[in-house]
Amino acid sequence: MKIPNELLYTRSHEWIQKLDETSARVGVTDYAQNQLGDLVFVNLPEVGDPVTPGESFADVESVKAVSDLYSPVGGTVSAINEELLDAPQRINEAPYDAWFIEVGEITEYGDLMDAAAYEAFCAEEEAKH
Amino acid sequence: MNLLFEKSVPGRACTLLPDCDVPNAALPEQFARQQPLHLPELSETDISRHYTELSKRVHGVNDGFYPLGSCTMKYNPALNEEIAALPGFTGIHPLQPEYTAQGCMEVLAEAERILCAVTGMEAMTFQPAAGAHGEFTGLLLIKAYHRSRGDLQRTKILVPDSAHGTNPASATMTGFEVVNVPSSPDGCVDLDALRKAAGPDTAGLMLTNPNTLGLFDKNILEITRIVHEAGGLNYYDGANLNAVMGVARPGDMGFDVVHLNLHKTFSTPHGGGGPGSGAVGVKDLLVPFLPNRHVVEKDGHYTFEDAEQTIGSVKAFYGNFLVVVRALCYMKMLGGDGMRDAAQTAVLNANYLKKLLEPHCDAATPGLCMHEFVLTMEHLKKETGVSAMDVAKSMLDYGMHPPTMYFPLIVPEALMFEPTETESKETLDWAAQTIAEILERAHTDPESLHASPTRTPIRRPDEVRAARTPKLRYSFDA
Amino acid sequence: MGSYLPSTAGQKRQMLEAVGVSQIEALYDNVPASIRLDGLDLAPGLSEMEVSAQMCALADKNHVFHTIFRGAGAYDHYIPAIVERVCNKEEFLTAYTPYQAEISQGILQSIFEYQTMICELTGMDASNASVYDGASAAAEAVAMCRDRKRNRALVSAAAHPAVIQTIQTYCAGADTEVALIPTKDGRTDLDALRAMLCDTDACVYLQQPNFYGNLEDAEATGAVAHEAGAKFILGIHPIAAAILKSPRECGADIAVGEGQPLGMPLAFGGPYLGFMACTQALFRKLPGRIVGETVDAADERCFVLTLQAREQHIRREKASSNICSNQALCAMRAAVYLAAMGPQGLQKAAQLSYAKAHYLAEELEKIGFPRRYPGAFFQEFVTETPLPAEQILAKLEAHDILGGYPVEGGILWCTTEKNTKAQIDALIGLLKEVCA
Repeated sequence: MKIPNELLYTRSHEWIQKLDETSARVGVTDYAQNQLGDLVFVNLPEVGDPVTPGESFADVESVKAVSDLYSPVGGTVSAINEELLDAPQRINEAPYDAWFIEVGEITEYGDLMDAAAYEAFCAEEEAKH
Repeated sequence: MNLLFEKSVPGRACTLLPDCDVPNAALPEQFARQQPLHLPELSETDISRHYTELSKRVHGVNDGFYPLGSCTMKYNPALNEEIAALPGFTGIHPLQPEYTAQGCMEVLAEAERILCAVTGMEAMTFQPAAGAHGEFTGLLLIKAYHRSRGDLQRTKILVPDSAHGTNPASATMTGFEVVNVPSSPDGCVDLDALRKAAGPDTAGLMLTNPNTLGLFDKNILEITRIVHEAGGLNYYDGANLNAVMGVARPGDMGFDVVHLNLHKTFSTPHGGGGPGSGAVGVKDLLVPFLPNRHVVEKDGHYTFEDAEQTIGSVKAFYGNFLVVVRALCYMKMLGGDGMRDAAQTAVLNANYLKKLLEPHCDAATPGLCMHEFVLTMEHLKKETGVSAMDVAKSMLDYGMHPPTMYFPLIVPEALMFEPTETESKETLDWAAQTIAEILERAHTDPESLHASPTRTPIRRPDEVRAARTPKLRYSFDA
Repeated sequence: MGSYLPSTAGQKRQMLEAVGVSQIEALYDNVPASIRLDGLDLAPGLSEMEVSAQMCALADKNHVFHTIFRGAGAYDHYIPAIVERVCNKEEFLTAYTPYQAEISQGILQSIFEYQTMICELTGMDASNASVYDGASAAAEAVAMCRDRKRNRALVSAAAHPAVIQTIQTYCAGADTEVALIPTKDGRTDLDALRAMLCDTDACVYLQQPNFYGNLEDAEATGAVAHEAGAKFILGIHPIAAAILKSPRECGADIAVGEGQPLGMPLAFGGPYLGFMACTQALFRKLPGRIVGETVDAADERCFVLTLQAREQHIRREKASSNICSNQALCAMRAAVYLAAMGPQGLQKAAQLSYAKAHYLAEELEKIGFPRRYPGAFFQEFVTETPLPAEQILAKLEAHDILGGYPVEGGILWCTTEKNTKAQIDALIGLLKEVCA
């Protein structure tokens, strides 16, 4: 399981990559894509939509389930990765390249973990199962 | 096998319609279709053989055991079909004068009378076409009731976490907010959680009883009381009425509105996914809001009436009428005593099958069940890697329809069995023995279960591919 | 032993013993004693012969008209014999929703074929596996168009009244506003529509032919809707669709309709069939079940229920529709009907219905029943009447003819390919007598 050092993580298994002081990219982690299974579709927000830490901004569909994604930050959606609409398998293949949205005008951050903390968190999760 | 379109031969046709016997009239050019119309061109022989071939690639109740939980796949009596095909029913226009359709209206009135007796309700509408449509209708009735009283802050519907997905979806469609109520460890509604959730914003509670674990909620009177005291109404999802018809009535349990699935409890066929009938029964307080075109009797004559504060129409006309005809046939066959007998036998069959299976796997809940029960393959999966899905798919190879899989959501690796009352002891013995063999094989040869089924018309389908690159129609260009 | 219960008393005793209870009532321990019934206040069960007699007696209380000139949402088109034979096969009749694809290919393939035929009829890209009827299809189509920014539906007042009512009921549930587009001369008033449309309108619903049988300028209506950024929903008659411009040609985003003419009997209003099709851009918003093509583990072509994550059993309170059971067997009837008719047969049914309606209209005109609205119509039209409509219709009923449907002081007449010239001439003769 890959957990790149340069990213930050949420307890709901999203990663966030800061682009500059007020903008960032968001996606789901390798752990998450593995749990979700083969993804078949994503529902993305629209550019200009507000996002709030801990609230759903998109969902991903597998054949038998749908799962919400929760925003790590508060701000405004400045870009969406439309490639995922046609190729959701990119999330399974390369979760850290397959970003979902870019958020601009970031005003707040939720609870985030660094790679080491997230790795420990995943180990705990795994132990529960 | 080939599609109809692949069997089509240009110029081939059935001889169905006569030539025109009136002067021809030409459609003005600006309305005329230019787009080509690709329909298959076939002989009647082609069509007959095509569908016969298709029918061999389907498993119906007539083919064998069908213990699909929550779906009540009981035998569909032959008489129902014969009666529903009578020209005196099929040839009646929905808008012909009432005096020429008294028989149809009496069917609706008679079915209403019997079903009200079974459920403890005051009136019933047959307009909803299926269970989910009935839920939609019932929730609109609840909404109309609160509004008529100026009680506008009731925006929430309480739904237990063991509920069918239609319950929360129906609540959303009718503009309510869904509040999920957790189950207690014994699978019943958590009373403390319910007390906390119920309040001045509660419009109602939707409950399936027996619930989706196959348990009759022993606190049912307390549950409905809590909701009533909070000012909400109680909605009974009749998906599982087959366990209790003739034994206990939703009306006596404290429910104000109920939907029935005539295609489950009352033996009308499912038709590969419909048509059903989601009849909705109500107590007095909701009668003024019933959908349009409710049949009433006056001096031996039947007429349609629209309720004063009707919610309107949920579809055109009066519902899936021929389905109601079938259900009435069935109810007349069984009578009051037969319905009770059917329910009790359904419960006996479920308990018997559960007892036979328990030595081989884990039940989600111990002890007696109602008309269905849930097994969990959680341990099996840990020990052998064989999932509920693998077990279900293996059953296909034995000519048995699998139980409902992965539902209710609160049980991991769930398999939900509902054998119904129309299965014999021999069938249940055979099914139990077959399933025991499969579970045994999970330990000795798990690979064979992962690879199953192998004796069915197709092997496991690639559902991921179907969803990632949707191909929803035949392409004539390819 | 009760009806349809195979277990004998002896077997039941064995089973009770195995379960470990002495009597069957003991299985109901959880049911509070205060609500346990002694029995139902209903007549006891009957034999099949008795029930058959009772049900036949009920059917006999109805009158099956020899000749029907009434439509208004339910049409007496010819049903090829093969439709009944095929669709009564017990395998199709008694199966549940095809969740287990391995043993449901027959139903799945038939739905895939049905979806393809509906796409062909409408000219659209994708169809679902059916909904309850034409009215609920229209209401579901409106729901597909609604979003955060657009929450009003404009519905032609010339649509079928039951369709309008059903759209209103669904929209009231979802707190969506419905506004009726007024009519002018029996057609949707496009100037009025232009004046009404605003940038918060989700969609425009038009019926072609409309409730009065009149042909609408569907293309122009679609263009007006699209100018305002609203979606265009066209409700069609599936047999008329064989000769009328397809919804695609009219610029529709969603096509819906009542599928009853495609092989379903009148049956006092149901079961009928709601069909829905849409453009590629909208297919993920279609409600209900959809069948898709894929391959199995042996790489053979096969069919499955797909895109299920849209549906209520997965998305629960976030699903946009709650539908699960639909009208699958009716969809099969439609597919068998369309296969039997073929493209030429369907065009012939449409052309015959059209020609007979025009012959009837001309003959009626000659005897003092002028058409109320000018312009093109399909198989239905409204006439004025020299006497009150009820009086005329009662007279026809006495002669075993179900006349047109009384609307707004006139009569809405309908013909199908089943109405022969002899029937029409007899009707005219009778009307002459009545009105003399």
